[in-house]
Amino acid sequence: MLTVILACAAALLALAAFAVVIVRYAAATPIIYGMTMIVTAISLAAAATPLFGAEPAAMRTLPLGLPWLGAHFRLDALSAFFLVVVDLGALCASLFALGYGTHEQAPQRVLPFYPAFLAGMTLVVIADDAFAFLFSWEFMSLSSWALVMAHHREPGNARAGYVYLTMASFGTLLLLLAFGLLAGPGGHYSFEQMRAAHPSAALGALALVLSLIGAGSKAGVVPLHVWLPLAHPAAPSHVSALMSGVMTKVAVYGFIRIAFELAGAPAWWWSMLVLALGGVTAVMGVLYALMQHDLKRLLAYHTVENIGIIFIGLGLALAFKTYAMPFAAALAFTAALLHVFNHSLFKSLLFFGAGAVLTATGERDMERLGGLIHRMPQTAFLVLVGCAAISALPPLNGFVSEWLTFQAILLSPQLPTWGLKLLVPAIGAMLALSAALAAACFVKAYGVTFLGRPRTGAAEAAKETDRFSLVAMIALSAFCLIVGIVPGVFIDALAPVSSSLIGAHMPPQIGAQWLSIVPIAASRSSYDGLLVFLFMVISGALAATAIHRLASDRLRRAPAWDCGYPDLSPVTQYTAASFAQPIRRVFGSLVFRAREYGEMPPPGDVRPASLKVEISDLIWDAVYAPIASGIGVAADRLNRLQFLTIRQFLSLVFGALVILLLVLAIWS
Amino acid sequence: MSSINFDIAHLLAGSLVLVSFLELYQDRLYALLNVYAVHALALAASVGWQAFAQDAPHLYVTAGIALVFKAVVIPVALHRMIVRLGIHREIEKVVGVGPVMLAGIGLVALSMVVILRVTQEADPLAREDLAFALSVILLGLLMMVTRRNAVSQVVGFMSLENGLVLAATGAKGMPLVVEISVAFSVLIAFIVIGIFLFRIRERFDTVDVQALDRFRGEHS
Repeated sequence: MLTVILACAAALLALAAFAVVIVRYAAATPIIYGMTMIVTAISLAAAATPLFGAEPAAMRTLPLGLPWLGAHFRLDALSAFFLVVVDLGALCASLFALGYGTHEQAPQRVLPFYPAFLAGMTLVVIADDAFAFLFSWEFMSLSSWALVMAHHREPGNARAGYVYLTMASFGTLLLLLAFGLLAGPGGHYSFEQMRAAHPSAALGALALVLSLIGAGSKAGVVPLHVWLPLAHPAAPSHVSALMSGVMTKVAVYGFIRIAFELAGAPAWWWSMLVLALGGVTAVMGVLYALMQHDLKRLLAYHTVENIGIIFIGLGLALAFKTYAMPFAAALAFTAALLHVFNHSLFKSLLFFGAGAVLTATGERDMERLGGLIHRMPQTAFLVLVGCAAISALPPLNGFVSEWLTFQAILLSPQLPTWGLKLLVPAIGAMLALSAALAAACFVKAYGVTFLGRPRTGAAEAAKETDRFSLVAMIALSAFCLIVGIVPGVFIDALAPVSSSLIGAHMPPQIGAQWLSIVPIAASRSSYDGLLVFLFMVISGALAATAIHRLASDRLRRAPAWDCGYPDLSPVTQYTAASFAQPIRRVFGSLVFRAREYGEMPPPGDVRPASLKVEISDLIWDAVYAPIASGIGVAADRLNRLQFLTIRQFLSLVFGALVILLLVLAIWS
Repeated sequence: MSSINFDIAHLLAGSLVLVSFLELYQDRLYALLNVYAVHALALAASVGWQAFAQDAPHLYVTAGIALVFKAVVIPVALHRMIVRLGIHREIEKVVGVGPVMLAGIGLVALSMVVILRVTQEADPLAREDLAFALSVILLGLLMMVTRRNAVSQVVGFMSLENGLVLAATGAKGMPLVVEISVAFSVLIAFIVIGIFLFRIRERFDTVDVQALDRFRGEHS
């Protein structure tokens, strides 16, 4: 299977080169996306088999990279699972792009990098030595950077690319240091040797912190998330979906690989660190999202929130693993992985929806949309499914994984230390808060974008999107529903992953009655998505029939009551800003230092009244702005070094040499 | 190893340092080139003695290279070059002979302290050789820093390189390939620098490197 996957990665790289050649022809777009669909479908099939049949990990060494090391690749259960996430996302994105890509203004800036990006992500998850891992990681970062810069003339995109590149290099640097520490003085760069090495406690802890920051900056953990809401929306929508839905998961993979496998036995504070970061990320992500009016940026901030939820699951798994509670650890770990899978599904779906809206109207600002449910009914329905899934409403998939995470949180009283006993319920409260706020946020996003009356001519003239995009969205919504209804199948498929890293797995779910899932014991808790779904369908159908029978013939259409003002313009509708105002009043003054300035002209003055809201990003102001200005000052100071004479340069070298020799003479 | 061997190696390497000091205060280009030729001669003698003392015949080749190229070909070529440039009678103001000599003495002391302390277990012949070689290198750098004329900077670079060869031959068992490649790299550097000298001269009518800085426009 590994051979097939490596061949697929090579095929993707070849496609990238091929795209450079044929990009001038109009047929390039369907050819490239069609080929990537075929390749990713093959790769998906190859990756899914190890999850369903218990296969031993396959390994292979290719004579690439460093001459004495070669490039090691390995396909174990964890890689296979993340490969499924990557390939499923890539398959749907390619299908979507068959339609969406035809509207692309600059295909020569997208087509060559798209397959390269996919190849990079594939290689990261199957890499089995530090060199191959970091090389593919950086390859993935750079190709996605090129995709972010595809529309580089649009305002803000150049800055987004710059911030992204800086943060990506920073993260890779930290991962490099982490692997350097784990490799030890002997330079054992293959993961096989690192696994066997058992690093000392201090070394492992340092590697964990470095990988948490390094991989976390790629995943979007607060406060390292700043690049994410800039870069993800800047790319073309199918790439946004891949970056948000899949690339952040590849970063989660990197963290899991180091924290659960390579860094050795966890210390007591590891889980607390991960849990605290996860909780803060979840709440901050959704609060940022609530303040956004840009559809794609709102989705990007929700990715931050969901990464927080995933990290809460991973933190719980680490906590239970530390105190040798394997079944609870397996539950938390499975919940996190299931959320990885679920988030990749509904986030891709929602970004596709945003892309469809963007092609139909040319707008990303919600305040300029509205009423799209009448103009794009199918897209509107599919996006509604995505919104319900991400808001964790049963019977869809988002509910299952968040419910499992809560089940794991409810096991926290069994933990032996008071620190965790107190911390975990607080994290649970933060998780609940973020789930509720996420629901509010998607009510806002969906309501303002699709309901009501169109606010602009562009929204008025919108047309339903093309067939390919619809099929891609239908496939993803079907997956959201299937995972929600029969989660047991997917939980069982994750069993090999959790047994390989935790040493235990959740009890098999397939045999349970009525396809329900029972994470711990039937007496404790169980959830049956199928019954919920059937109940909703049957009761909904009954209600609809009853209403149709009893009320439809009495329907009459009349002008809406306009409070006595004739000719209400669409601008008077409820806006995204007005929807978010109560939440902004509650949290915003603290978190964003939000200030409202209302101006009401005195009677007799004909100026319109105005309301201005100022929001400042405290994390940017407190962390990034000082660093940026410090670098600027230092660069200004050092700039003089560029304008020395030849003799001054020579003197610098000479002086440095003499000083080093002096140090040597004095010290040794 | 007999003590006479050691003493002669010491004498020859030490004379190299002495000639480096001589180079430091030469303010006429002709005289400077002559002293450089002596410098290379001392190097050749030192390397030749090392060849005899270590019983390493390939070092004779190195000595031969030093004798032919560094003591004859390069000084003659530089002579002809400065005659063609018409600067053979120029007197270069050395930046204060006294301080430069004092700095040179300090550098030699520093290199002695560093090398003798770092290489306590090493063979005494190699130790002394390395200490002298580091002194020669530092003095060459000092010369490059204190001179303004491009030709004297080239001479400083060449004598620095002589120090490198001295260091390399002092250690036992260095393959000939390394020495030959070092010699050729110096030759190439010499050619490149020669071409540059003519280009600078054509463009700016002088080989004073400060003219370059003037033309960059920062130090008007």
